[in-house]
Amino acid sequence: MSADIADLVASLAAAAGPDEQIEAYASRGSSTEVRVWRGQVEHFVSAASEGVGVRVVSGGRTGFAYAGTLEADAVAEVLAEARENVAYGTADPDAGVAEPDGVEPVDIELWSDELDRFATADKIELALELERMVLAMDPRIRVDDANYIDGGGEMAVATSTGIVRHRRGNSCHVSVSTLADDGDETQTGFGYSIGDHPGEFDLEWAAREAVERATRLLGAEKPPSERTTVIFDPFVTAQLLSIIGSTLNGEAVVRGRSLFADRVGDVIASELVTLIDDPTDVRAYTATDVDGEGLATRRNVLIDAGRLDHFVQSTYSARRAGVVSTGNGVRGGYSSTPGTGCLALQLVPGARSRDDLIADVDHGVLVQSLSGVHSGVNTVSGDVSVGATGMTIRNGALATPVREFTVASTIQRLLTDVVEVGGDIEWLPSRAAGVSLVVRDVSVSGTS
Amino acid sequence: MIDGDVLERVLSTATRRGAAFAEVFAEDRRSTGFSFDEGRVDQVTSGRDRGAGVRVVVGDTTGYAHTADLSEASLIAAAEAAAEAAGMGDGAARVIALDGAGPRRHPVGEVRIDPRSIPKDARVDLLRAADDAARAYDPQVVQVSAGVADSRRRILVANTDGLHATDEVTRVLFRVNVVADADGGKQTGYQSMGRTTGWEAFDEYDVAAMGSDAARQAVVKLRARPAPTGAMPVVIARGTGGVLFHEACGHGLEADHIAKDASVYAGRMGELVASELVTLVDNGSMAGEWGALGIDDEGHPTQHNVLIQDGILVDYMWDHLRARDAGRAPSGNGRRESYDCLPMVRMTNTYVLAGPHDPDEIVAATDHGVYIAELGGGSVNTATGDFVFGMREAYLIENGQITEPLREGNLIGNGPQVLADIDMLADDFAMGSPGTCGKDGQGVPVGDGQPTLRVSSMTVGGTAA
Repeated sequence: MSADIADLVASLAAAAGPDEQIEAYASRGSSTEVRVWRGQVEHFVSAASEGVGVRVVSGGRTGFAYAGTLEADAVAEVLAEARENVAYGTADPDAGVAEPDGVEPVDIELWSDELDRFATADKIELALELERMVLAMDPRIRVDDANYIDGGGEMAVATSTGIVRHRRGNSCHVSVSTLADDGDETQTGFGYSIGDHPGEFDLEWAAREAVERATRLLGAEKPPSERTTVIFDPFVTAQLLSIIGSTLNGEAVVRGRSLFADRVGDVIASELVTLIDDPTDVRAYTATDVDGEGLATRRNVLIDAGRLDHFVQSTYSARRAGVVSTGNGVRGGYSSTPGTGCLALQLVPGARSRDDLIADVDHGVLVQSLSGVHSGVNTVSGDVSVGATGMTIRNGALATPVREFTVASTIQRLLTDVVEVGGDIEWLPSRAAGVSLVVRDVSVSGTS
Repeated sequence: MIDGDVLERVLSTATRRGAAFAEVFAEDRRSTGFSFDEGRVDQVTSGRDRGAGVRVVVGDTTGYAHTADLSEASLIAAAEAAAEAAGMGDGAARVIALDGAGPRRHPVGEVRIDPRSIPKDARVDLLRAADDAARAYDPQVVQVSAGVADSRRRILVANTDGLHATDEVTRVLFRVNVVADADGGKQTGYQSMGRTTGWEAFDEYDVAAMGSDAARQAVVKLRARPAPTGAMPVVIARGTGGVLFHEACGHGLEADHIAKDASVYAGRMGELVASELVTLVDNGSMAGEWGALGIDDEGHPTQHNVLIQDGILVDYMWDHLRARDAGRAPSGNGRRESYDCLPMVRMTNTYVLAGPHDPDEIVAATDHGVYIAELGGGSVNTATGDFVFGMREAYLIENGQITEPLREGNLIGNGPQVLADIDMLADDFAMGSPGTCGKDGQGVPVGDGQPTLRVSSMTVGGTAA
């Protein structure tokens, strides 16, 4: 085993010469994935990974290299390659690593000893239990797979400008995919539960979601094409929030790729919309006290009662925009340099339950799943067109199941057409929390 | 990467708890990437990923563990961990003897110009050429980014059947993204090229032409109108619509979905599942294409597999375990993103053969519909067959003529229904641009191709009334 990763990154950063800046990032972790099917373990993956990424900035030019190992000779090679790569970059006066900004990370606990101690046999048993619960709920249900997944580890980042951060964290969730059969017809569903440790899972809820999402769709048909009111369920809203968040990105703004550039201070959404990126909220699955550049994360209100307040910024985007980092340097691990992005989005919830929201809709559609989010959304033009499944709403109640249709609008219109935000916030295994969202005047395309 | 006698000892350790099958997969991947944005080389990246995974199968249970350290001690530890993960049984370790001839090779294609021999400056020149061409195309082009990357991936596979195989694959990739801006808002254009070859790919592809084509696409879309809604005929240009088959039936023909009866194509072997015009092939041995590989990630040679012949389902795609359970040979479709992942049934290069029609005739025969000049990505629910794919560049067809550009959106359809509704297929086959196929969190490079074709009815996800 290699040395302490905090010492490793600190020594890499300390290697900076007088005319260069160095940022070193290292991580080490392990994960478990248990998949069961028909009462047996289908696979059990026990994974361990480690690696280091080094960014060198000199004369405004940036070079980067990484290796998926912490072996000393590979680490030395990474530093040499990053330095060599500098020569081919173009000078950019705003390039550079983060500088200490005096903001201390919030004191939040992201590590669970209970999860760390959780026995292998118990992980398998949890996945088996989830499968059994699902199967017992409805004779029409089959399970495609039931899973227990956890991961934990440490990361360290250091810069030659004086930042040294080291943190550890772990997380876990269970999920299940279901198939509901009726004659020749099959529909699918899913359920999941997250917790700081397995004792916080709600298997019953996960199982019920997975059963109801699939069985509810049996008999589904294409809806008629129309403009109508749509209620997005919490899981779907979380996907939409991730898309919206990517348009409030300071780097996209300075690079001329944001549809909300020059709109700070303007009303861009219904006054019911207050969108917050808050990785310091420990309820968020992606909560973290430190961003990918080693700066403290913070609570950022991006849209305040419909008004665009500010964009998320990393060190680079902030320098170009003449502002300061909002602690939103994101990185996909040791193999990439920090970018700019939202870390843990949530909409400030309303007061009413989903049933109450449905009761207010005479004619509309409840959307329970989306498909084609990566192919049908353009965050530069704002066009949104995605496949969907769900239920029609007639006279304030769920009516018939619908599938093989699309819902379409633009990001700009979705924000202004919000009619109500539900009170049913759900914490999901993703970068955004979910909540029911009612939007009017959405194009549904089904039969002609 | 690892000596044969070490592999034999690791595999022997892996069978200690009574495993029916064990495998070592080792990988050494090096990559270089240059990204260019706003007229500047904004990043140069070098990467190295190296490691090995040990898979152990006991009954129907697979255990997997991996290590970034290729020493014998680490490999033995991974074998112990995988064996423990696969089951609690107790058996004697088997003696494993690998194919004595040393690792087998099954190369497809050749690398004429090793990317490592190309000076880094030459990459910058390519990026600048694409950027210049895109900016010169039209003053409404406001932003250009581009990237060039190459990778060399060496793999080694050995298993308890005695298989011992190795492969080395070099890939080069080039992309250009353009933003155009006008009063009505911003629009984007995109072009990419990916080849499983060396640097000679740039003799064949003109990066400046890719830059101006990406610019043309963004500029055309500045005057795009909202796409229609509802079901209508859809014509898809050659070499851009392979993703339709990838989603409409490719995933559904993967034997892991079939084994779980989670595909609309399960139990339909020998039946008519598509228009009689359709012959669908998956071919990992198609030299040079983005989804090409010599052996798959389980060590089996890739091959030409006919899946649908004249509309009739004739085969699925197989990995080692699924083929073993079915008592047949694997088809070279067991792939994984990297050594830290389990292999799965995956596509390689998936394409539909040419048909009898003239492409112009297909448009002329369409009274009112949508013409898709370039598709984006897609996704499918294999159990229901419902799938979507995006249109990156599309036009209205009115009275047999291609007319106005349309804004982006998805189309949605049901796999078996759409395959049956392919009523015209042209004689102008072409392969398409490089893709990354995602499944269960793993991405692998895939290719696709098809001739110009028409689907008599699909639902277009626009916003126009």
